[in-house]
Amino acid sequence: MSTNASTEAFSAAIREAAASGTPLRIAGGGTKDFYGQSLTGTLLGTRGYSGVVDYEPTELVITARCGTPLAEIEAQLAAQRQMLAFEPPHFGAGATIGGVVAAGLSGPRRAAQGLYCGSVRDHILGVKLMNGEGEALSFGGTVMKNVAGYDVSRVLAGSLGTLGLILEVSLKVLPRPAGVRTLLLAMNQEQAIAKLNEWGGLPVPIGASAWSGEERHGDLWLRLEGAEAAVKSAAARLGGEAVPDDQAATYWQGLREQTDAFFAGDTPLWRLSLPATAPAVELPGTQLIEWGGAQRWYKTDASAAQVRAAASAAGGHATLFRAGAAGKEGVDVFTPLTPVLTGITRKLKQAFDPRGIFNPGRLYREF
Amino acid sequence: MNAPSDKPIIDLARQQAVVARLRAFMPAAQVLFAAEDTLPYECDGLSAYRQVPMVVALPNTEEQVSRILSICYEMQVPVVPRGAGTGLSGGALPMGDGVLLSLAKFNQIVAIDHAARTARVQPGVRNLAISEAVAHLGLYYAPDPSSQIACSIGGNVAENSGGVHCLKYGLTVHNVLKVKGYTITGEAVEFGSAALDSPGYDLLALIIGSEGMLAVTTEVTVKLVPKPERQQVILASFDNVEKAGNAVAAVIAAGIIPAGLEMMDKPATAAVEEYVHAGYDLDAEAILLCESDGTPEEVAEEIARMEAVLSKSGATRFSVSASEPERLKAWSGRKAAFPAVGRISPDYYCMDGTIPRKSLGEILLFIAAMEKKYGLRCPNVFHAGDGNLHPLILFNANDPDELHRTEQFAGEVLEKCVALGGTITGEHGVGIEKINQMCIQFSAGELAAFRAVKIAFDERGLLNPGKNIPSLHRCAEFGGMHVHDGQLPHPELPRF
Repeated sequence: MSTNASTEAFSAAIREAAASGTPLRIAGGGTKDFYGQSLTGTLLGTRGYSGVVDYEPTELVITARCGTPLAEIEAQLAAQRQMLAFEPPHFGAGATIGGVVAAGLSGPRRAAQGLYCGSVRDHILGVKLMNGEGEALSFGGTVMKNVAGYDVSRVLAGSLGTLGLILEVSLKVLPRPAGVRTLLLAMNQEQAIAKLNEWGGLPVPIGASAWSGEERHGDLWLRLEGAEAAVKSAAARLGGEAVPDDQAATYWQGLREQTDAFFAGDTPLWRLSLPATAPAVELPGTQLIEWGGAQRWYKTDASAAQVRAAASAAGGHATLFRAGAAGKEGVDVFTPLTPVLTGITRKLKQAFDPRGIFNPGRLYREF
Repeated sequence: MNAPSDKPIIDLARQQAVVARLRAFMPAAQVLFAAEDTLPYECDGLSAYRQVPMVVALPNTEEQVSRILSICYEMQVPVVPRGAGTGLSGGALPMGDGVLLSLAKFNQIVAIDHAARTARVQPGVRNLAISEAVAHLGLYYAPDPSSQIACSIGGNVAENSGGVHCLKYGLTVHNVLKVKGYTITGEAVEFGSAALDSPGYDLLALIIGSEGMLAVTTEVTVKLVPKPERQQVILASFDNVEKAGNAVAAVIAAGIIPAGLEMMDKPATAAVEEYVHAGYDLDAEAILLCESDGTPEEVAEEIARMEAVLSKSGATRFSVSASEPERLKAWSGRKAAFPAVGRISPDYYCMDGTIPRKSLGEILLFIAAMEKKYGLRCPNVFHAGDGNLHPLILFNANDPDELHRTEQFAGEVLEKCVALGGTITGEHGVGIEKINQMCIQFSAGELAAFRAVKIAFDERGLLNPGKNIPSLHRCAEFGGMHVHDGQLPHPELPRF
């Protein structure tokens, strides 16, 4: 792995690759290598470009270089009783903050009510990006409100490194909730979807939710997060069984990192992103529902066409998150775009990476 | 401010050609061109900039929008979309050779989905009308710009509008799930979805705040959130502005994110008190409004914690609203700051820079120095929680020298915001107003990237051209090219 420790070195490597038309595969810890369509190109490692550039807890912003370990950022934030509210998954020991942004993945708290709500993109304030000509560009900044120019930095969340090398990122951080309590309620899938949506319309501080089980009966886990008083009154209102803190922490960690038993095995793992109110999706295999109904994981051997048809009928889209033993050969990992969006996407890619050297084929085969 | 100096004279033959094409499928009342009909559209909320459009089109169906766009694309006529016309940066300033595309007739709430907590609305629906329409469900639309009784959701999408509660509840970009619209070629397009994310690049994030330059919005799906059971506000006085700034930092350091956190300085407080008689402390150098919302228990807990922090931070006086009328009274002055200032001066000019909060003392000292330098007064209201400043320069537009000094004053303040690590605009947008300051905030390479984004959506540059993103030529004329590390990117390239 090359250890580029400066923007000059990155720029030189990128200009050289652009000149020779050599594809580059940008990687931090490589913990999300499994994710996306395909990995091609010469490795451009970011781990040498590491460090928190600025963190002032009272400004609610942290700025770090792309290669900074996520664990290091989380430790600094925890020391100030703050956090990245979107709970990005590590998926391994070496996860970096650049990879967090590029992958655009958020954890169980993504669909929380109120203050903690939002994905990676919702918490991005600014990004320094190196384009396909080796030029460092800054978009956004370190302030909460900023409408100068187009909001390019948020577009980088989930772009899988195809628009450029993320050099540095500024993220909004939030205080950790004072009160946390996990409840376990027995109910079937239909009831869980209905209840989660009903509670979503009430001032109840639900920070995370997960349902799993058989269609007829199952377990709904709820994590209440907020002011002590609000958590206490909501717990009384919602009922169910209180889960001991250490057991609850293990459970939510297992979902975030996909180390929970549900994710084990070699069956393909599909992620269905649906309107939270979508009725139960009928596919073979086992299911786990998160985000108040808006994220549904399926371990299934159903064909991509079958999964996509189900997701589309429910008003959403499906991603082959982990291919398992079946592999990705001939399967579109991400739902194909409409022709008009394909056209815009192609031109955006061209705008930032005119020679097409960054992670080609990682998001869609044609870019 | 960067008032356009050369107003093009309308080309009558071209005007007739465009009108003929549009009237082929729209009634005459929806295609305006006579001066007395088009004059009301000559400016938006920034009245210092005026330009009568060549043609005004008022479509009322999506098909009409699509046809107008494809005709303008074919004839290479620029199109300026317009919502309620309340924007403060001239984002909807018409073009003398262009079509002003008013979405005012798109004023229907299409559907409210109670279970999903979403509303599908047309772009001409007013911001507050959404919250009013869903109030009986215990829900509301969170972003609340002060102009919310008049501004439309289409304009909010174009500007990524904020409001006084956005530190806790987010901006427009955090509260919109999907935007439906048309590209400049007249093709239907959807950004986002009814789910929480969509495949491919997050183009929804790019559309929001794009000032109508990438696509024309015809429907917006917004998120609705539960109305808090209780809201309470603390009014705290400080004998020094810096102490008030430090108190804001102390509240955040205590792990509290207030629902609203606003500041007014002494001159602003005096102006609003005269206007609304809310009983503000006129001796205070700065007043903070700290709002808490949530369940009754939650609010009681948070108010007690905030009181302790504010007291420790040296508040000289504070009061907590004991009832909803008292709370609204406390807010009345802040919400009416602009009209109140309008009463004490023939004209005022509102700035919108954002700074890191820690630089509050420094920027206020700077503004005080600018008041002396330019001989103009400048009361300040400030979204203290998120660092967004609204200094209001008082001037008389009939005095050309005062107008000129105001422009210089505002330009210097915005440049100072950038130097402090902030931005020239937090929520009002660049439009035409701050286009020169874009050259200060961004490098040539960054501006080139913005132009490339624009081209990805609008190859011919017909959709609201000349706003938001300055040309290199414009920056060269302005003389304020942003230079990184003493060097322009690609110094080998000719720039002018």
